Order: sequence, then structure tokens, then C-alpha cells
Amino acid sequence: MEQKRFWYVRGLRDGLPVGMGYLAVSFTLGIAAKNAGIGAAQAGLMSLLNLTSAGEFAALAIIQAQGSYMELVFSQLVINLRYCLMSCALSQKLSEKTPFFHRLFMAFGVTDEIFGIAVSTPKHLNPFYQYGAMSVAIPGWTIGTVLGVISGSILPAPVMRAMSLALYGMFLAIIIPPAKKSRILAGIVLVSMLLSLLVSMLPIVSSLSGGMKTIILTVGIAGVAAVLFPVKEEKETEAE
Amino acid sequence: MQNSIYVYILVMAVVTYLIRVLPLTLIRKEIKNTYIRSFLYYVPYVTLAVMTVPAIFHATGNIVTGVSGFVTAVVLAYRGAGLLKVAVGACVVVLLLEGLLSFF
Repeated sequence: MEQKRFWYVRGLRDGLPVGMGYLAVSFTLGIAAKNAGIGAAQAGLMSLLNLTSAGEFAALAIIQAQGSYMELVFSQLVINLRYCLMSCALSQKLSEKTPFFHRLFMAFGVTDEIFGIAVSTPKHLNPFYQYGAMSVAIPGWTIGTVLGVISGSILPAPVMRAMSLALYGMFLAIIIPPAKKSRILAGIVLVSMLLSLLVSMLPIVSSLSGGMKTIILTVGIAGVAAVLFPVKEEKETEAE
Repeated sequence: MQNSIYVYILVMAVVTYLIRVLPLTLIRKEIKNTYIRSFLYYVPYVTLAVMTVPAIFHATGNIVTGVSGFVTAVVLAYRGAGLLKVAVGACVVVLLLEGLLSFF
């Protein structure tokens, strides 16, 4: 019982920057939804049920153009396939005893950011950590979307722009401390950044969707890294 | 139009949820294969690194503030600051810099 409370509160705390970043990003999503002719309630519902930035942005264009459902399905599949990789990784972070219903609920909160903080918890992931993060992230994402539709600018533009950096700052806070401890990880992180930068500048490849680029680079780099530097069967350190 | 919006939303919600829930519910055992384990171990680092760069440079619409935010976050994280500190620190630097740049 106390474990649950402890992890829930930690999830809330770590989820705060996620919710903050979401508020800013979803605000712009709300503005885009309004431009696509979608009302506040509908946009809010979309964010509440989907919780995915790139996927929703892509969906807006399809909805506006009255595209086919198949087109929508395919776009979501491609853009959000990275969640599949993340869920695979997360499945290894769970205790084998984690009940089925927890898995069902936790899956809903698999986003780039929540995944990022969830994998950085020591040892097994407690479902309540995920729930804590979700309880700030989901309202942040949904409310931001609705606010974006209702009023284009509640926060001054410079504040919005600065807040858009929060998510990335958090990503860096997740990957840098472990990279500092391991030269291999540091090298992999550096190579990933450089290749990603390179890909964004190449003529044909750069036209791929962001989600697709993420998948290709992740599978490629992590795949090669796993061959070159197989992780030894080390006992996971009991941090903290 | 009204009706189909809800169908659109439902369709995408189902697809996105299935992508998330299937691996988490189907993979219930610990994977023993060293290669797959290593691959999954590296996935988060690569994914997060790839999503951060170069997107962070353009996030603010100004490469100068974007890069400054990036450097701030890297330095703070390297010095062991927590998630919130790093995130807020990067935001504050960008905000201050924007204010400063607006004078020129």
C-alpha cells in the first residue's frame, strides 16, 4: 500500500515537466484543430483518447481533407509504431507478476515522454509510477488542446516558445546521466544525435514522417549497438 | 461531417491503443535472448536522442535560443540536476535570451 503511494507521488513529481511540456505542445495542436474546423469538445476528446502529438497532427490533416478511414489507420500505424518498440522495452521493465489489468491501463500512457521517465526508474517499474505520471500528463495534454481551440493565445508567445523546450530538456535529463557513467552509452547517444541530424538534412530521407525516421534510426542504431556491445547478464543495480 | 469526426477519433484511438497494449500484454516473460535484451536496452536511449536532435534546435523557431536551450539542458543534466530542474532551466534560459535578443 505504501509502495503504491510512494510510486504514485514520484510519478506525479516526474510527470510535472511532462504535463508542462504537453500543455504547450497541445496548445499548438488545439490551434491547428481549430484551423481544421474541429470544435473544442471534439479536439479535447481526440487528445484524451489518443495522447499522441505527431499522430494527432497528422490526423487533423486527414480529417480536414475528409480522407478515408484506411488512410487514417495507416498514418497512425506508421507514425505511432514507435510506441510498439517502447511497449516491448517496457514489458521487460515490468515484473512478470504485474497483473493483466495493470498492463491494460499502463499501455494507455505509453508516450515518448512517459516512457522516457518510466524506463529511468530503478529496477522494476511500479504501475503506480506510470499512473502518477499519467495523472498530470493526460489532463495537461487534453486541457492544452481545448484551450488552444478556444483561444489562440492565453500565454504570451515567448512563454509558449520557451515551454516547447521543456520536453526536450527532459529527454536530455533522462539520457545524459546514464551516458555519463558508460562510454558505450555516451557513444551511442552521440551517434544517434549525429545521424538524426544528418538524416534531417538529406534530401529524400528528410521527407519521411518524423515517426518513421524515429523508427528507422532506432531499429538501425539499437540493432547495430546490440551486436557490437551486447549487454552482459549483469544484475540490475539497485539504485537509490 | 459531424458524425464522421467521432468515427475518425475512435478509429485512430483504437489503432493507437492496440499498438501500445499488444506488446505490453503479450510479452509477459522476461526475454532471455541476449541480442534482443541488448536491443531493447538501447532502444530508449537511441529513441530519445533521435527525437531530441535536431528537433530541439528548431523548437523555439530561433536556432540561437534553441541551441542555447540544448546546451543548458545538457550541462544541467550532466551536473546531475533532476528532470524538472533541467526542463525548467532550459525554458528559463530561452525566455531570458528571447528578452535579451529583442533589444537588438
